[in-house]
Formats: sequence, structure tokens, C-alpha cells
Amino acid sequence: MTRYILKRLLGAIPLMLIVIAVAFFMMRIAPGGPFDSERALPPEIEQNIKAAYDLDKPLVQQFGIYLWKVVHGDFGPSIKIRDFSVAELIASGAPASIQLGLSAILLALMIGVTLGTLSALRQNTAADYAVMGVAMTGIVIPNFVMAPLLSLVVGVYWELLPTSGWGSGELKYKVLPIIALSLPQIAYISRLTRGSMLEVLNSNFVRTARAKGLRDHLVVIRHALKAGLLPVVSYLGPATAAVTTGSVVIETIFAVPGIGTYFIKAALNRDYPLVMGVVIVYGALIISLNLLVDVLYGLLDPKLRSNR
Amino acid sequence: MTAVLDVRNLETRFSTPDGMVSAVNTISFTLNAGETLGVVGESGSGKTQVFMSVMGLLARNGHCTGEALFQGDNLLTMPKKKLNTIRGSRMAMIFQDPMTSLNPYLSVARQMTEVLVEHKGMTTHDARRHAITMLDRVGIPEAARRIDMYPHEFSGGMRQRVMIAMSLLCSPELLIADEPTTALDVTVQAQILDLLNDLKRDFNTAIVMITHDLGVVAGLCDRVMVMYGGRVAETGSVKDIFYAPRHPYTKGLLQSMPRLDGDAGSSLYAIPGQPPNLQNLPKGCAFHDRCAVRSDRCRDIPPALLDYGNGRMAACHHEEAAR
Repeated sequence: MTRYILKRLLGAIPLMLIVIAVAFFMMRIAPGGPFDSERALPPEIEQNIKAAYDLDKPLVQQFGIYLWKVVHGDFGPSIKIRDFSVAELIASGAPASIQLGLSAILLALMIGVTLGTLSALRQNTAADYAVMGVAMTGIVIPNFVMAPLLSLVVGVYWELLPTSGWGSGELKYKVLPIIALSLPQIAYISRLTRGSMLEVLNSNFVRTARAKGLRDHLVVIRHALKAGLLPVVSYLGPATAAVTTGSVVIETIFAVPGIGTYFIKAALNRDYPLVMGVVIVYGALIISLNLLVDVLYGLLDPKLRSNR
Repeated sequence: MTAVLDVRNLETRFSTPDGMVSAVNTISFTLNAGETLGVVGESGSGKTQVFMSVMGLLARNGHCTGEALFQGDNLLTMPKKKLNTIRGSRMAMIFQDPMTSLNPYLSVARQMTEVLVEHKGMTTHDARRHAITMLDRVGIPEAARRIDMYPHEFSGGMRQRVMIAMSLLCSPELLIADEPTTALDVTVQAQILDLLNDLKRDFNTAIVMITHDLGVVAGLCDRVMVMYGGRVAETGSVKDIFYAPRHPYTKGLLQSMPRLDGDAGSSLYAIPGQPPNLQNLPKGCAFHDRCAVRSDRCRDIPPALLDYGNGRMAACHHEEAAR
């Protein structure tokens, strides 16, 4: 297993390089630059600024310089958010985003798996249709509708929780964004679980478990759930990466000081170092979470374990 | 002799999008302690569904009526809680496909010990020791080491042995074997049958052997029940069925067996036609359109299962004269 993980980590290095290269060059192909504004700068000043950020050098050389700095842990300064380095910006926003994201995905996992399993056990009954109907609604309603609605009902009408803000990170500020983040995930996970559990519950080995006279909850939890969870586990990798890097919509509506907004703002502003910074964070997260998922897979499926 | 299993007027139906499918049509039979009953028939003759009904393992869309008395208690109507104290403990089943019937995600030890923990209230430690003894008993080498392996690390024959060992853990009074050797190659088949024969002798377990292989029946069973179109065509002792078959379907089955002493190069006999459509069974005898001796009566009136004495029963209009 350790060998397998090491091998995968080594394989991640070229993958990361490709991600960085593609992001770097694609961003430069896009028209415009960080210093384009309606009021054109005098050419000498623009020249000076560009030189300060190494933007006057040939593209390939710039890439080399950037890569060299990244390898040494220097993600450069933000061009648009003055006096802050990219590393500082990400470090200040990441905790909030990661906290919300992880809580949301855990919540979604617990509720989604439970609902999906119950739904599968009561296939084609009113309970099943109700759960699947709610799940479908959850998938269909976009979060820019759901989040303001939550804020309006829970925050404004019922006055139970603050509508937005972060305070000093108290729980009450986190509840609504977590719910808003997890709702679509609950919907996806419960549908995934239902589908795979339906298949597993009809499998021969579950029939054997029933024939052994095991009580229903043992049949479901011990015999069916492990197999039924495999598709959910593979969905979990990319989903966790997506949710923990922050959602622009949720962070804007609930005024969460996360990193989600940087993705959009930095790209619009052509804040090259910041865009690269968030791309690297996101890429690294996806790669490591996928590795984690594969390790989890091995723990769930003994057949995979012995092949490694 | 006391009956371990007494099935009366069992009917099993499945509701499908295309309508009702009658898999089992009013079947009655008894099985005595220590007896081995072979249940023979083509695919779709309902032989498996009879015992799925008995075990309470019907698919979600299936339901059954009638009675299946296990030591006097009706299995079909008892609460699930009570049924769970019987199946796996006093009544066990082995399935056709050993490759998929064991849980691939749990070790053999886990799958075996849970039976004893559930039914006998054993500690995991005692259950494990007992499970190893049983694996040893069914001929798994190095049982103490292999018990911690997962099903994919066993061959097909070994998996079926594990299934058998698992089903015998609580010394059941009734063992239902649903084509236990169909998925295995011939040498392994013989070993498994030998094993079942030993168990029959040592544990005095009543065995139901569901199969379409008459060779298996001859080697293992005391009595045979031939099924066709969800009904019993004929039942009797192995000797009677093999040497004096009464139902034309049984005769056809026996003729279709390849013979070692037959002419080399002669083509194998096959019963013409197809098994009946269970969704739309014929009004009369289910076998009539494939039968060589059919008459108008066969087409219109279903033959009753008549007693010919000595445990012989057959359902054929043309045999009635012989009574």
C-alpha cells in the first residue's frame, strides 16, 4: 500500500506540471492584461510596471521564472490586491472555505447516504418518490436561488440566524452557508446511493445474507452498504475538491471571507499570479483527494487491495 | 417418519409489467427427516421458485399462497423475525452460482462467524473455531489460514465448499441445494456430490437437490420430483423414476441423457419444442404440445396428479388406465 501511494505521488508531479503549464499559457492567450484600463498609462510607466513583474520578458522565459519560484514556495505577489502576496491571500481565505466545504460534504454524506438507502429499501413507495422528488428539486434549483431563499426565510422572516457575515467565525454564521452548500450534494449523493443500493440489494450475495437469517439491518449495513457506497466514494473526491475551494455564489451571498471569489475576480482582472495560485491549490486538492479516494476504494474492496 | 417440510398447495406468482407470471401452480409434497429429494426440471419449470418461496427469498414482485409447514409451522405466514430464527439455522440453502453468492467485500471468517453469533449466540472466538472445523470438514486445506481470505482468493469449487460449510454451521435439519454443481467443472462436481453424500450420512440432514442433471439425482437422491410448467409431472423413488417412468416428459428427459453405451456418432435425443410460457399456460396439460402421445383430452383438461401407490404419483391422462 505504501509503495502504491508513493508511486501515485510521484505520478502527480508531471500531472501538476501539465496543469500549471496549460493554465499559464491559456491565461496568456486570453486578450487583455492586468494593466489595461480605460485610461491608458503612459508607455514608460507601463514599461516599468511590466518589468517589475517580469512581464516584459519572452513568454517561455516568464514560465521558467514562475516555475522556478513556485518550486521554491514563492507564488508571487498579487498584482491587483496590493501589498498582499498570493500565498497570504490564499492562507487567509482557505480556512473559511475548507471549514465550510468539509462540513457541507460530511453533512451531505450522512444525510444523502441515509436517504438514498431508505429510498432503495422502499423502492417505488411514497417514501421513495418523496425522497427522489426532493432530490430532483435540489439538483434543479441553482444555489443562487436557494441561498438567498434560505437567507430570507431563516434569517429575515424567522430571525433565527444571521443572514450573512462571518463575525469572528462563530457557528451561527456558518450554519446557513453549510446548508446551502450541502443541499445539492445531498441530492446527488442520495440519488447515487439509491441507484447502487438497488442493484446491490438484488445481488446474489445479499440473497445469501438473507438466507442466513440475518436481521434486516445487518443485511443492509454489513452486507449491502459497503458495495453500495463505492460509486459515492468515487464521486466524493472531485465533489470535496469543488466544495472546499469555495463557491463564488455562496461566499458572495453570505459574505464569507473564503477563496471562492478569487477564482472569478482574479481571472477577470488578469491577476496572473493569483489565478495561478488558485489553480495550483485546486489542482493539488483534486489530485490528492482522488488519491485518497483510491486508497479508500482499496479499503472497501479487498480485490483491489490484493492487486496493489 | 416425520415430515421436515410439508408443502401444500403452494402457488407463486410474479407481477411483471407484461402481466402475471405463474411460476409455481399448486404444488404439494412432503420431505421426511434424513431423506434426499431430487427436484428435476428444465429452466423455468419453477423448481427454484418453489424453494425461494419456502425460504422467504422471493423477489420483490413475487408473492405466494398456500402452506409450507416446517416442523408444523407455516413458513409463508410467520413473522419475519421468527422466519429469521429458522433460516440459516434449522433450514439452510446453497445457491447455484458460488462466484457471486458470497459477499466479495467481507472475509470468509466474517461471513461464517456471523451465522453462529446470530443464531447460537456464540462469541466471535468460539464461532471462528467452529467455522474452521467446518471448513476442514468440507475439505478446504489449511482452513485455519484460509478462513481469513476473501472470496476472490478461492476457486469456484472452493467457494462452493465454503457455501456448504456456511450452510451447515448450525447443523440444519433441512438443506436446500439449488443446482450446487452447475457452475463447476465435472471433477469438482463429483467432489461436491461426494461431500453432500457424506454429510447426508453423518448429519442425517434432509436434502433437497434442485438440478436438471439426472446423473446427480441417481447418485444422491432417494426420491425424485419432476416438475414441468410450474406443476409436478411425476414423483416417486429414484428407482421407479429411472426404470419405470410414467410421465412422457420424464421419459423424454431420460431419453435425452447421453449414454456411454450408445452408438458412436448417433445424434442425441432432444424433446421437441420449447417449455411453456408461464405467463399464458395452456388450458390442459402444460406438456401437451411437445408430447408424442397427446390426445384432445390433454389439450383441454389438465391431468390430475394421481397416486399410483408406493409413493408414486404422476399427472398424465394416458397413465390413468394403468391404475
